[in-house]
This record gives sequence, structure tokens and C-alpha cells, in this order.
Amino acid sequence: MVALDKETLFGDIHKEFPTHSGHKNEVSPGGGIVYDAALKLKPEDIGRPDVNLYPVPYLDVLVSALKETGHEHELSKYQVMTNTVAFGASTALIDYDFNTVSEAIKEGFKGRKAALGDLNVKAAQHGYDYIKNNFHDGFGYKLHPVPSSEKRMVIRGVQAVGIGKFKAGCAFQTYYPITPATDESEYLENHQKNYNIVVVQTEDEISAILMATGAAHAGVRSSTSTSGPGFSLMAEGLGWAGHTEAPGPVVILWQRAGPSTGLPTRTEQGDLQFVLHAGHGEFPRMVVAPGDVMECFYDTFDAFNYAERFQMPVVVIADKFLASSYRTVPIPDSNNLKIDRGQIAAEADLAGKNPYKRYELTPLGVSPRSLPGTKGGIFHTTGDEHDELGGITENSENRIKMMQKRMHKLQLAAELIPDEKKVNFFGPQKADVTLVGWGSTKGAILDGMEDLEADAIRCNFLQIRYMSPFPTELVTKYLSNSNRKVLVEGNYSGQLGAIIREQTGVVMDYKVLKYNGRSFSQNEVYEGVKEAIKNGSKEVVMAHA
Amino acid sequence: MLELKDFRTKVHNDWCPGCGDFGILNAVQMALFELKLEPYNVAIFSGIGCSGKTPHFVNTYGFHTLHGRVLPIATGAKLANMELTVVAVGGDGDGFGIGAGHFVHTGRRNLDFTYVVHDNQVYGLTKGQSSPTLPKGEQTKSMPFPAIVEGINPIATAISSGYTFVARSYALDVRHLKEILKAAVLHRGSALVDVLQTCPTYNDINTKEWYAGADLPSKAPRLYKLEDTGYDGTVKDPADHNEVTQKKVQAMTRSFEWGDKIPIGLFYRIQEPTYEDMIATRMPSFKEVPLTKQDLYGRDVSDLFQELS
Repeated sequence: MVALDKETLFGDIHKEFPTHSGHKNEVSPGGGIVYDAALKLKPEDIGRPDVNLYPVPYLDVLVSALKETGHEHELSKYQVMTNTVAFGASTALIDYDFNTVSEAIKEGFKGRKAALGDLNVKAAQHGYDYIKNNFHDGFGYKLHPVPSSEKRMVIRGVQAVGIGKFKAGCAFQTYYPITPATDESEYLENHQKNYNIVVVQTEDEISAILMATGAAHAGVRSSTSTSGPGFSLMAEGLGWAGHTEAPGPVVILWQRAGPSTGLPTRTEQGDLQFVLHAGHGEFPRMVVAPGDVMECFYDTFDAFNYAERFQMPVVVIADKFLASSYRTVPIPDSNNLKIDRGQIAAEADLAGKNPYKRYELTPLGVSPRSLPGTKGGIFHTTGDEHDELGGITENSENRIKMMQKRMHKLQLAAELIPDEKKVNFFGPQKADVTLVGWGSTKGAILDGMEDLEADAIRCNFLQIRYMSPFPTELVTKYLSNSNRKVLVEGNYSGQLGAIIREQTGVVMDYKVLKYNGRSFSQNEVYEGVKEAIKNGSKEVVMAHA
Repeated sequence: MLELKDFRTKVHNDWCPGCGDFGILNAVQMALFELKLEPYNVAIFSGIGCSGKTPHFVNTYGFHTLHGRVLPIATGAKLANMELTVVAVGGDGDGFGIGAGHFVHTGRRNLDFTYVVHDNQVYGLTKGQSSPTLPKGEQTKSMPFPAIVEGINPIATAISSGYTFVARSYALDVRHLKEILKAAVLHRGSALVDVLQTCPTYNDINTKEWYAGADLPSKAPRLYKLEDTGYDGTVKDPADHNEVTQKKVQAMTRSFEWGDKIPIGLFYRIQEPTYEDMIATRMPSFKEVPLTKQDLYGRDVSDLFQELS
């Protein structure tokens, strides 16, 4: 751990409303703490005899770096660079290649700021040297580059979704600024010129979803992106899109901790039930929950195909943790991804079809759509209940047929979406414990499984990706074989557990929950699951900050 | 050869007898016909209210949307396919009440489209509550008490929001309305046409007779045409800040005339770059081919991945 100040070590418990009690207790045994020697702390003050302590006089080291470059009289201007000193010191402990450190620093100071970058490299170098000159090389953790022939990239969820949109041919994105969703729209806008996408910052999220829906009806692939408060405003629009069988939009919901403003910069999986039910009345919607950055890419790509094929809005539900955490992953081969625009009635198809029935009752429920501007394809649509021509009617028989038509499309989707996209199953078929989760907890669960295995607890993991249509048969199949089912979810009530019970009748035996706005860690999955099954705790609430 | 009837549908019309909506519907159909537009190249959007049914009666692409939300949906469709002629219609409650935010921000964009507001001072479909354009102190027949809040001035609001064509007409003067609508559709930019309209069922104040001035000592019509008075609302030089300001002030001043004399006609017009023009400054392909006709599907995105490696 690198502590830049005292609060990092001991927290702010002296304050009226403390936010944390210090991070020194989170360091693993055998780990190390780099801190400012000027704090003059004795080892017993820190109280961690099991970790290595590395006091570094940040300011003195910085002064020596400034002297070397002739900037010693500008200490007040450059004092902030003590953080680079501390960073440099930490890289020395793990024997990290200093050239890499140097390049990483320079990457952050380009163009006019290049001189400042050089200065920071110097500060890091002095921090690095201070450790090498003053401490024995007894630190147990080293970090060296891993040789790999695979081409890799560093990517965040917002970028993966953005590239998925470009791959799918999305040409229209709307948004109203909101944390943590805005980064995605800015990513798209930054690539607007080469990728031909119109990005509209709207007056509110009501406008955002409806503008995107208007564009979808007109014939482009469109999307909007928001977080919980914005999605709340979109509820009515989602219903209009579903009812008028718009071929989209794709809505990306980057969940943050609610309700209301909640913890606006933190993560949670609290909107799953809401997404499945948002809007009045009953209408079809598809909901998919990617669990990592590459699933963000693939699920977003698929979402556009499904939106057009089944003519319904698709919500991709992710969260703040996925949005903004960086992952190193291999560059995927995306050339084999296929576009499916569904049934479009072109001018030639429409000849002789007079009148053209936009909402024609077909065996599968999907009616070929014409794009406005197509000769012979004139149609009317309405949020009122309508007949095959899109005319308003309250006729009883028509109502029943139209409800069945629209809702049947979900069944059709359930039949056509491949099983391997609906759920992921990890580990042996038979195990002591089955972990069940969705979304961004995937990584922590996979890591935590290793710890559980090491502790002789044999486990497997069912990750549910499609929430609507819900993969009832698959989930039933996997869970009915399980002895002990542990739900791992980032919310208060165990929303996925309730959905599984509703859809399959299967009841989770234990819940490991977390709703303090922080993501699950590997440790917590291990500790929580162990607490549940060893002590029989039905519900374990995790609280690591 | 197109005929006027090509713009009509056979859908049963359930507006009240004598409703001003009929005049607006006829004027819309006539304007589109006289502009020689192909019905399949036109899309009409509406909100919710009596006026919301308009698209069902016009044989063009038609979208009957949500209460107050006609403008965002119309905007999305127009941006997707800028070759479409887009006309949005809605009521005064739809546009200046629940949809007021969209009204203002749509003006700011100056998208190339036309917005026709059926302005009858009442919520007809929900049986006559006061709408945002009903003046303070007025009481129509289904209101228990007179209005205690100010009415909105659509013309002044439109000008200050950025609409580049701002006009008013009268639903029972179909010829005038049709000409205004034609000019609005031809205008490059966002056009607002505020249409004064009678509601024979719920507005017993602003009736046909009232507009005709039957209650005035002079018996002279309340409505007069701006163009008959030598008024000129068109900005000649959009780069001339003084002229622009002067024309805006002149239009706004006229827009507050209400009572014994009420102006109709073109209040303000200026040629400014449209939203489409502005998007094209960042993305040149936008104006060359409509987005709906660009082949963007399944593109190679390897450079985007490379960027992150």
C-alpha cells in the first residue's frame, strides 16, 4: 500500500462523520506499506508487525530530484509530485522495470506538458533509488512482465460497449449527462467523424430514449445510455417503444447505487427488478447483463441484432464497476460477427401489398417493417392499442391478438438465442456448492472460487446473462442438481434470487450480499460463501470498503 | 399525378362537429399537396390529445406518440433520415405544458422541420381543463374557478428559444393557414406555427363569434393579418446583430397584443445554419447521405481495439 498521508493509514475516525477507519488493516500479511517518514511513526503506531514498513521522506526525496534539474526554488509549485516519489518507491519494492514506469508517466504528460512529465520521471527515479539504497531487498512480492505472444489491450466497460455499438453499425446515440454513463457517449462522440455516429446531448432522459426510438423507427440503429435516475425517467418511453414495436433502441443502463441520488459515484446491482418491470402495462423487452468487458462488447453487438429482429427495445444492464474499471484482455477477432437487421419490407416487397400492414399478424409475431421514405410502405403507428394497419381500436378480439403477438416475440427470442449466450457455467457439473450471480460480480466470483477450492470446498458457478427472456429451463437444469446454492449479488434484497424463484421455483439456500456501494472482492466471495455454508448463515452481508 | 385525396385516409374521424382541428387537418393536407410532396416522403408526428389523432387522417408515414413527447421522436426520425419532410403536430397542453422542456430545447437546435400547435386554451380530450395558453383570470365552462396563473406566450417563447420561423394562424381561415404552413415547411430550420383554434365543446370564451368580434362595439374582427399592416418579420442580414435584435423585439412586442386586436401571420423569420448543418461541420458525411442509407453495419473496428493496446 502507498499511503500519501496519515488518513490513508488510520482513517478519519476523529471526524464527526467518519468515512473509513484506515486502510492499513487491509494489507495482506507479508505485504508492505510505503508512507511518509516525516510522519515520524513508530512501528507500534501502525500496529502491523506482520507487514513490511517503508518510511520514505517524500519531501526530501522530491527536493533532491528538483535540485538535480535546477528547480529547487520552485518546491511549492511542484510539491504535489510527492505522489510520484511514493509511486516510484513502490515500483522499486516489486522490482518493476523502471523504463516501463517512465513510459507510463510520460504517457500522462504529452505535448505542452512533456517537460513536466520528465520532471515526474525524475521524481519517480529518486523515490525508486531511495528504496534501493535504504532497504534490504526482503520484499516478497515481485512483478515482472509476462511474455505473451497474444496482442492485448487495456479496456474499460464504457469503451467495450462503445466499440460494440460501432461494430453493430449504431449511427445514433442520445444521452443526458449522468455518472457513470457519460463516458460512453463521450467515447462515441470522440470517434464520430470516422464512425459516422450522431451523438445528441438531449434536454433530459425522456427526450433521450424517445429521440433514439424515433431514429430506430426511421431505420437506423440507435441507442441511449444512462444510469438509474435517468432510466427512471425513461420508463414511459420504453413502453412506447415496446408497444409500437420499434426496432430499438438499445438502452445501456450503467447502474449506480440508488435509490434517488444514492451513492452516485459508486456501484450496485440494485436495478435488475426495475429494468424488468419499468413502464406501465405489459410489453416485450429484452434485458441482457454482461459480466465483464468482453461480454459488454459482444452483448451490445447482439443487442442491436435482436432489437431489429424482434422489434423491441433491448436493455443492456451493466454497472459503475464494469463501466470504469480497466481490464487487460486479448484483442478479440470480431470479423465473424454477423449483422441481422430482421425483416425489412423494401419497395419491391411492398408492390401489390395494398394496404401494407405494419402490424400484420404473423405466426411468429414479427411483422416486416418498412422504413419511412419507402414507396408503398406508408404506415401509421400509435401508442394506443391498434389494428394491423396501426389504426386506433378498442376492439376486444383485436386487443387479445395484438397482446399475444407482441408478447409472443419474447418466446420466439427465447427459442432463437443460443444457450451459450443465455448463461455461463463454470466449474464441475457436480460440486459441494453452486454460486449464482450476474453482471460485474463475475470476476470476483471466479477468483473467489479458486480460494474456496484451495480450502477444499468444491464449487461451480452459474452466471445468468439473459434476464428477459429468462432462461428458465437452463437455470432449472443447472440448479436442480445442486446441493447448496449460494446467491452472490450486489444489492440488499437478492433480486436475482427472487427472479429465479419466480421463474423456476428454485429457492436459493444462502445469500451473500453487498450494498455499501463497493464492488465485491475475491476475499469477500471466499469469506462470504464460507460463512454461509460453514456456519449456516442464510444471509451474509459484506462490508469491505 | 398526385391529387389532394392522396393525402387523405379512410380512417373514421371522431372529432366533435365544428372542431378547429378539421381546419388544421385540411390545411395540412392542402399544403403538402400544393408543395407537390410525395406522401411517402413525409412523416407526421403527433402527441396526445384531440390533435394527436391527426396523423391517422393523413396518408403519409404517421407517428402518434406520447403526451408531450412529439418533438424528441420527430427529431430522432428526422436526424435518421433527413430526406423526410417532417411535420409535428400537437396541442397547447402537449407542447407548452408537459412538453415545455422539449419545446424550448428543440428551438435551440434549429432542426429543419415544422411544428404545428393546436392552440385552443383548453385540454379538450380530458374535458376542458385550462391549458397553459389560457390567460390568467379566464374561466371556461368546465373550470370550477378562473385561472390563477399566467398563460404562456408561444410566439415570444419560440423566438427566445431559437425557432427561426415563428408564425400564427387561425384554424378557421384555412387559406391563410395553408399558406403559412407551406412557408413553414419550405423554411430551412425549426418553424413554429401557433394555430388559434376554437373548441366548441369546452372553450366557450374564445369562440368563432369571439374571434369575429361579435361582442365588440365595432363588430370588427379581432384577428388581423400582420402582412396587411406592412409588418415585415424577416431578417435580411442574419449577420447584422442590430437588425436581428430589432426584428426579435418587434415580433415579441406584437406577440403580446391580445384582446380586441390579435395579430396573425409571420412574426419572425431568420436564416441560420440548421442542426443538420452544424452536425455536418463535425461529421461531413452526415449531409451527403442520410444515416438510414449509409452502410455502417459490421464494420472493421480493429483500429479501435489497437488504440487501446
